[in-house]
Amino acid sequence: MGKRILEGTHFMNGDEACAEGAVAAGCSLFAGYPITPQSEIAERISVRLPQVGGVFIQMEDEISSMAATLGGAWSGVKAMTATSGPGFSLMMENLGLGMMTETPCVLINIQRGGPSTGLPTLVGQGDMMQARWGSHGDYGVIALAPQSPQESFELTIEAFNLSEIYRLPVLVMSDEVVGHMYERVDIDPDKIKIVERKKPSLPPGEFLLYKPGENLVPEGMPAFGDGYKVHVTGLTHDERGYPVINAEAQLEHAVRIKEKIYHNIDDIVRVEELATEDAEVIIVTYGISARTAFGALNMARDKGLKVGMLRLITVWPFPEAIIKKMAERVAGFVVPEINLGQIVLEVERTVCGAAQVRSVPHPGGEIHDPAVIVQAIEEVLANAS
Amino acid sequence: MPAKTQPTPAPEVLQDVKHPMEKYLRMDRLPHIWCSGCGLGTTLSCFTYALDELDLTDADVGVVSGIGCTGRAAGYLNLDSYHTTHGRAIAFATGLAVSSPDKKVVVISGDGDLFAIGGNHFIHAARRNVNMTVFCVNNFNYGMTGGQFGPTTPIGQRGTTAPYGNFENPFNLPYLAASSGAVYVARWTSLDARRVKEAMIEALQRPGFSFVEIVSPCPTNYGRRNRIGDGLDELRYYQEHTVIKHGSDPKHADLGPGREIVVGTFVDQPQPTYLDLYQELVVEKNKFEKPKNLPAKES
Repeated sequence: MGKRILEGTHFMNGDEACAEGAVAAGCSLFAGYPITPQSEIAERISVRLPQVGGVFIQMEDEISSMAATLGGAWSGVKAMTATSGPGFSLMMENLGLGMMTETPCVLINIQRGGPSTGLPTLVGQGDMMQARWGSHGDYGVIALAPQSPQESFELTIEAFNLSEIYRLPVLVMSDEVVGHMYERVDIDPDKIKIVERKKPSLPPGEFLLYKPGENLVPEGMPAFGDGYKVHVTGLTHDERGYPVINAEAQLEHAVRIKEKIYHNIDDIVRVEELATEDAEVIIVTYGISARTAFGALNMARDKGLKVGMLRLITVWPFPEAIIKKMAERVAGFVVPEINLGQIVLEVERTVCGAAQVRSVPHPGGEIHDPAVIVQAIEEVLANAS
Repeated sequence: MPAKTQPTPAPEVLQDVKHPMEKYLRMDRLPHIWCSGCGLGTTLSCFTYALDELDLTDADVGVVSGIGCTGRAAGYLNLDSYHTTHGRAIAFATGLAVSSPDKKVVVISGDGDLFAIGGNHFIHAARRNVNMTVFCVNNFNYGMTGGQFGPTTPIGQRGTTAPYGNFENPFNLPYLAASSGAVYVARWTSLDARRVKEAMIEALQRPGFSFVEIVSPCPTNYGRRNRIGDGLDELRYYQEHTVIKHGSDPKHADLGPGREIVVGTFVDQPQPTYLDLYQELVVEKNKFEKPKNLPAKES
């Protein structure tokens, strides 16, 4: 059997690192469809999965890719799909089924410029709100945003772990530049923590498929053929999994699949703070935009400006408490992102007028010029004085 | 004026008798939602008898369905059952099947679900010869949503969205299945319960992608709008028009008013399955260790 964890130091791009992260996490089924700039994930994992006893299947479209990923998960294996742009739109239907049926799996989106076919080979971060609200109805979401190939590897593993703990499809919202960027990736088996799927603790007959534990997450998931005779449905259902079409069942189920994320938000959210202690302005950013913002941070500090950075490793659920606290002591926030202003809306909602919030939008096709971010910082400081 | 008849009370002796197929049904979910005269109850019964004759249990078989009247079948079966999104039953089943090589995945869904919104998944799963059995209950319209015309509605027949009669060419399902690569293709009407069961048994025993079309009455919608009458009238129509042609070319098995209903086994030709070829051409050829979840190759 081939090795699941490629111990050592590698030179690989972000897409390949996602594939290696998935294999390391125990992924045994990848169902996907070719699309730029995601294809290197599928290419790499089509080489790797047969070596480790898994199956790579190229589906007929992204609709079926997401559906087959869910089917794989219910067979008892860890499953993943990956896509970009238009493919992400097609996956929204069965992403919703995954949310409704609380199916652990991973969906990676290597974002490109949109809408529609947009910029197939060039960067964008315009799917961040779609990640939160893309499928119809209400549900909670976990979305992670890597800023490097190293982090693509690590956060793909983290996505698998979170999907098993909180029982939902977890999104990795990477982008074309991170996906195609080649960098050093260190893989140290001792630093890798893998969460395995929790099996039911009760025997068939006593076990209830959707009975939540104290953390609001269902306790244990039987695989196909385990003897539990599960009924899994996209209809609103009770704890047995049986369809119940009324407002009471909706109140219980729909609220829980949102609240299981917000109830556990402190355990889920990960951010990185840089130079925030004395900061008067904080850059809030994520993914590739955090790399350009880091340049802007250094340029601003060289000018003597008191600037810090809050990098959202977890974009969803949104780290409201952290930003709310910062808003009490800073002049403002600057939010560079490669879209026309998406996550900045969350910052505005959270800050609620307590500090300035300045969007630094970019329609896509390239990354920000750090000087534009510095200029936004200077304007916030000028407004404050 | 005829005398009013009183409903006959059930004889006491029957009250403790269990239906022999209860073990395959979620009795706590019955009665089902299907209309009187619909062919779905018959189809579901045939499936449970087929399972029983093959001595299959939930350790061997799971069911996936899509959306619509037939889509509810999964919810009544006491097996691992997955009620997915509209049209995506086969796509979901593909992921389930390729990761569960020692089990049979059965898809039970309707003509609209499998062949309109889900048509692409059907032809590709057949082309790949994924190990799954698909039962399509074809009632020629979208029953659940109120009787709209669909991809199998014959020309001239009415639906709530074909008020002047359907003018689109319908699919001939056995022909589509055969030309897409299915290893077993049969059609029967829900009148022929014994033969439906036999076809299900055969389909379940074939490794790879097998397909059975069950032509079924929809008295509430299709039958009423097209003046076919109630469920019994439609079954009588089947009786008068059915012709068994085993081994015939499904190309000539179009359905429609005034035509004979050609039924029988059209295709029964084994082919290596998706996982057979994966094992042979990927795993063995490259001397990868045989994964635990791949089946032993049949010699």
